[in-house]
Formats: sequence, structure tokens, C-alpha cells
Amino acid sequence: MPATVTETTTTAPRHTLVVRVTHWLTVVAFVALLTTGLEIVVSHPRFYLGEEGNVNVKPLFTIPIPSSRDTVPTGYGYVMPDQNGWSRYLHFEAAWGAVLTGLVYAIAGLWDGHFRRDLVPEKKDRNWGAYWGGITKYLRREKPDANETRSYNVMQRTAYLGVVFVVFPLMIWTGLAMSPSFAGAFPLTVILLGGRQTARTLHFFLTWVLVLFVVVHVVMVSVSGFWGRMRAMTIGSRKGKGV
Amino acid sequence: MSGISRRKLMMGGAAAVAGLSGLAVADRVARRYGLIPPDARGRYGPGEALTYAAQRLLMRHSQAMEFSRGMISKTPFMNEVAPLGKEFLAHQALGFRDWTLKIDGMVARPMMLSLADVKAMGTRSQITEVACEEGWSYIAEWIGTPLSMVLQEVGVLPQAQYVVYRSIQPNWWESVDMADAWHSQTLLTWGMNDGDLPVGFGGPLRLRIPRQLGYKSVKYLTSITVTDSMKKFGRGRGSATAEAGYAWFAGI
Repeated sequence: MPATVTETTTTAPRHTLVVRVTHWLTVVAFVALLTTGLEIVVSHPRFYLGEEGNVNVKPLFTIPIPSSRDTVPTGYGYVMPDQNGWSRYLHFEAAWGAVLTGLVYAIAGLWDGHFRRDLVPEKKDRNWGAYWGGITKYLRREKPDANETRSYNVMQRTAYLGVVFVVFPLMIWTGLAMSPSFAGAFPLTVILLGGRQTARTLHFFLTWVLVLFVVVHVVMVSVSGFWGRMRAMTIGSRKGKGV
Repeated sequence: MSGISRRKLMMGGAAAVAGLSGLAVADRVARRYGLIPPDARGRYGPGEALTYAAQRLLMRHSQAMEFSRGMISKTPFMNEVAPLGKEFLAHQALGFRDWTLKIDGMVARPMMLSLADVKAMGTRSQITEVACEEGWSYIAEWIGTPLSMVLQEVGVLPQAQYVVYRSIQPNWWESVDMADAWHSQTLLTWGMNDGDLPVGFGGPLRLRIPRQLGYKSVKYLTSITVTDSMKKFGRGRGSATAEAGYAWFAGI
């Protein structure tokens, strides 16, 4: 422990300023997108595959919740209040926030080597053995290596890269594919996904991938020293254990 | 806070000033080129302005997706509407013989057209999807007269910015910018799937705007007003739906 304490003022912060600021902006945007997204789902809690889908079409699945529209058969005897107006306004405003924040993060990450240095798995770890080793270590609840206080292990790197470069872009893609004017300008974006309703269904599933990531992320942060990691992601100090 | 030097503070301040003045310039340019939607006020204004400006800069002339005949919905969903008023029912009893479409505002020749007059101006059909903001959708063939042909006929004045259109139903009005008004797929629709447009889908006359969500496609159309400013209509947010809290631009 003494080693980490002496590091506080002499070394660079655990996370760069750009990473810290974009992290919290993304948190705000994500919370807004999730809440409003679920709110929009309430107006039609049915999901389909293909191009078209409505109450006359057999759904792929339905969510057993009451709806905010009385045209949707839900089995409930009442209708929820309509919140789509502000939900849709805020959903797209937050989407802009997330996309612009993501752009700043991505450009900075390419520029300052954050992705190359911190997120791309190290050469020695680019094999299945390294992943297997990582999984068994988590399952046995072993103490992390000493260098994991300063850098990410192969599992973390893969999870972060996946969220940043796969899930977020897919989220934006499936979202835009639901825009009639965007779909018209770039029809391939819808055709490749299999249709407007498939895009909507994928958008919904991807939401839960992101929620799962956030849950695991917050659990891991809590297990490994919540306040130390909060300090690292806010004021940037290395003080405390395992930041 | 020892980590933040005076130099960093000054750089940060300079960046903030540059950023703010950049925003101010962007706002002025956007206003000048008509990239600010009428509802770009309040806490959701910035998001709306970004969406609308991006759409108009990148895809002003794009076409809505059209589909093959085989993809036409066997069971199109007839959305519910408020109970139709006495005036509508009287027209319906006469088979819409006396239905009229009034066109006024910033036009050289204001007109009052019967359905036959509208049909005589030209016909176009398209197989496009109605996508509702709630998430559901269906595909149909829509047959009608492009709004652009009627606008040509009445002679739109150069200062026109928006086209406002209204239903016979009370407090049901919308507007689009000139990019959508002149758009080749914007259709004064009177037919659907090889028949007359059923009342449940907006017959006898519905303005279909296939690049935008369903709520822009007003049913039971009776009048069109060309204007240079949305400030003259309602509370200035551009439509009844926008005044009820929904986005005016519904391309997304």
C-alpha cells in the first residue's frame, strides 16, 4: 500500500481528463436514453421481425406490461399515461450528447494512444488461454495482479473495446435505421439489418447488453474499492487502493 | 487542485470563450439557412435543432424507402381517431361530393379545389411505409396528387418557408418546410391499394409525408396555407402535435 500513496502527486492520473469528463457525460446520456427508451416502449410493448409490425401482425414477443395506448391489447384493463412527447425529445437530445461525447472520446483515444495502450489486449494476452485464465481467476475470486491497479486485464480490455466499438455503434445504427428519413437516404442500413422492425427489436436487445455491462461494471467497481475508483474517475487521483 | 496550473486555467478559459462564440456563430448561420425548427425552444431545443439541421444539411433531397408490391401489408393497422364530427359525417353521407381543399397564404392564385380538381392535376402512386412514433408500422400503396403539382398551380411566392395544413377535425393541424412540401413523395392522397382511401385511413383526402412519422400525415385534409413564418400559427411551435409536446420534425 505505501507505494500507491506516494504515487498520488508524482505520477499522471489513472484516467486522463478527457476520459473522466466523457465517462460522466456518457453516464448522464445513458441514464436519459434508458429511461426515455423504456418509456417509448410502453406505447407499443410488442416486438417484431422484418419490415412491418403492428397489432394485426403476430409479434416475435411481447412484454407483459400495460401500454400507454388503448389500441394495444395487453390484457390489462387500464392505459398508462402518454409520455412519448418529452421522452422522444429527450431520447434524441441525449443521443446527440452520447454521439458527440463518443466522438470526442474516440478522437482523443486514437490521438493519445488510450485505445492502443489501455484497451487493446496486450500481445501476450491475445490467445484463448489468457481469456480462460482470466475467467478462472474471477471464478476463484483470486486477488488481482499488482499491475492491475494501473492497467486493465484482458477481460476488462475486451469488455470495454466491445462496448465502445461494437455495442455503441450498433446501438446508433439500429436507432438511425428506425428514422424514416435516414432509412430513405441510406436504405442499405435497414436492408442489411432485415427491416425496420428487426432494427427496433435489435435496438431493444442491445439496450439490455448495455444494462448488463453497466451492472457488471458497477459491481466490479464496488468490489474493488468503490471510493478509490470514484476518485480516480473524478478528480483523477491515484490515492487509495486499486485505482 | 494543485494539479491545475494557471496556464491550464487560461487555456480552458480561452477554449470556453472560443466554444461559446463558435456556438453563437453557428446559431446565426443556422437561422439564416433555415436550419432551426419552429420548436427549437426550451430544454429540448438544442437536440431538435441538431437533428433537423443534420437532416436538412445531409439528406434534404433523399427519397423515402419504397417497397415491392409483394410487401404491401395484408392487414394494415387502422389507427383510432377522435369521433368524426357532424361536418365530416354530412360530407360522408354525400360521398364526399362537396369536399373541398382550400389553398391560401403566400401564393399568387389562392384556390378552392374539389376532389376532382385535385385529381385532375396529376397522379402518382407509391408503396411506402407508415411508421408511427409508437413503434408500429405497415406498408401500403398510396395513390394521389403530388403536393408539388398543386403548389405549382397556385404559384408559391419566393418568401415561403412553411406549408401549414389542417384537418376537418378540430385542432388537428401540422406544417412542413418547403423541402418536404416540394418533395416528390409528398402526396395529397385519395387512393390506397387500388381503391378509394378509406375513411379509417384518412379518406377522402390525407397528406402523406413518407419521410416523416405517421403523425405528420394529417387525415381529412381541408386546407393548406403557405407562410413565411410559423409565429403566426398557434403558439408558434409549428403544429398541434408540437404544441402537445411532440417534436415538430418527425423524420426520426
